[in-house]
Amino acid sequence: MDWQAFEVSMSLALLTCLSLLPIGLAIAYFLAKSNFVGRGFIEAIITLPLVLPPTVLGYFLLVGMGSDSFLGSLFVSLTGQSLAFSFVGLWFASVIYSLPFAVQPMLRSLESIAPEIREAAWCSGLSKWKTFFKIELPLAWPGIITAMVLSFSHTLGEFGVVLMIGGNIAGETRTLSIAIYDSVVAFEHQQAQSMSLILLAIALVTITLVYTFNRKQARVAVL
Amino acid sequence: MLKVKLQQTRPALLDVELSCEKGEVLALVGPSGAGKSTVLRCIAGLQSPQHGLISCKGHTWFDSDEKVKQTPQQRRVGMVFQNYALFPHLTVMENIKLALDSDKSAHHEHGKHLLEQVNLSGLEQRYPHQLSGGQQQRVAIARALARQPEVLLLDEPFSAVDKVTRRKLYLELNTLRRQLDMPVILVTHDLDEAAMLADSLCVIHQGVTLQQGSPEEVLFRPDNVAIARQVDARNVFSGHLVEHENTLKLKWYEHFIEIASTSGFRAGQHVYWTLSPSKVLLHQRVRKSRGDHENPLIGTICEMVNLRGITTLILKIEHTNGINLQMDLPEHVAMRNGLKIGETISVSLLADAIHLMTE
Repeated sequence: MDWQAFEVSMSLALLTCLSLLPIGLAIAYFLAKSNFVGRGFIEAIITLPLVLPPTVLGYFLLVGMGSDSFLGSLFVSLTGQSLAFSFVGLWFASVIYSLPFAVQPMLRSLESIAPEIREAAWCSGLSKWKTFFKIELPLAWPGIITAMVLSFSHTLGEFGVVLMIGGNIAGETRTLSIAIYDSVVAFEHQQAQSMSLILLAIALVTITLVYTFNRKQARVAVL
Repeated sequence: MLKVKLQQTRPALLDVELSCEKGEVLALVGPSGAGKSTVLRCIAGLQSPQHGLISCKGHTWFDSDEKVKQTPQQRRVGMVFQNYALFPHLTVMENIKLALDSDKSAHHEHGKHLLEQVNLSGLEQRYPHQLSGGQQQRVAIARALARQPEVLLLDEPFSAVDKVTRRKLYLELNTLRRQLDMPVILVTHDLDEAAMLADSLCVIHQGVTLQQGSPEEVLFRPDNVAIARQVDARNVFSGHLVEHENTLKLKWYEHFIEIASTSGFRAGQHVYWTLSPSKVLLHQRVRKSRGDHENPLIGTICEMVNLRGITTLILKIEHTNGINLQMDLPEHVAMRNGLKIGETISVSLLADAIHLMTE
């Protein structure tokens, strides 16, 4: 069992899902409120990681993070390190490829709030921020939890993009899914099995929790 | 006092002018899509017209000329939405407390008082989905009143409840309104509801307010025939004014009808006229009276409907090419006179009650 890889995977998944909470929520809120001409295109861009082969996405991200690129050179000038093949680079890539898993459930739950509920809050004297925190956020909570869990689980299990961006550096970018692949290639089936079982258990537990939670919320939220 | 003037050409035409005194209930009536809810939304600040002026209690909420546009939060409006729009994740008490802006220690007491006012004591801890439609409406009213609003806006508040509950809520609203000293605007498409609950009616059609006045005035003395049609006046006919035996009379087919008030009209003019069905008088068959000389007409009963003690007759009037006239009379009068379909009766049109209108 590669505990170092487990640690990298867990930190990456946790950081990614925590970063996606404000990022995903901001994008979802903006999309839920606006109805502009290019909305379909913006939604398509956000959903793209869902349908694109991970290697293709990984390739573009690798090019985008290279030391010749704007982002890569900026990172080098700030930290003196390369963005590609680093944990930070991997984190950045994870946020991009898990974005649709965060935005879609948040967007659906925000869109499901009837506009009159929001207007009733304004007419009750609640400011837009208060309305967001006291009305919209609690009502969208099931979608937000789903978004968090899905982006956590998805990041934990990602393989292609991680391989392209992070390479396979122990303690830095070698995640559990890469370690499993390494073990299988090296015929260490016992190790591959225990790591796979851990990923399976985490995925199953988190998804079960989401379904249970959402069912309970749905019972409360029925008007 | 609330004063509202709204004008816009897009997205839908709006040409609205209305006013509502404090303590007065003004019903905004009109068919679906007439712009009633848009007017309420403009008053609440949820949308803005292209031009207009909205002021309440001396405060200007909206003035397109002066570029004044207050937010819904600044306007102190109590709004009851059509589907009540209660916050589903909060209890009854939490729904109300959220709209209270007094200091926190007084919150609970004030909330309890509001719930007592709308007869909902004991349901503080329930969630909206655990309440009936009528109870939800009461919570919505209590929440709207919680802010101590300067105007109360009710958007079709009875459309989501059944008929029995609706009757109960009418009575409750009548009691409640006596305790309120703010302008109340009630949007409805139900004229009976409006006439029962409101002090004044404002008819709106295709975004334009046609007439504002007391229910009696709007329903029985509409300004023109378009309004008469909007308020579903039951006897609307057309005729000509003629000079007959030295007085101005209405020539209706072969009849010369006497009218009490013809001011503003002249001989030869084509006019419309209306008469409330309750102002058509049945001539007693056994005992003739003096009133029988007032615009007497003979007609055949072609339909009879009884509803809550009132019998509505549809009469085919003689010498009118088969025009139908409606008359209402107490059920016991119809019974005592032995009225039946197919019988011919004689009636009088009360000259005082005939109302002339232009196109």
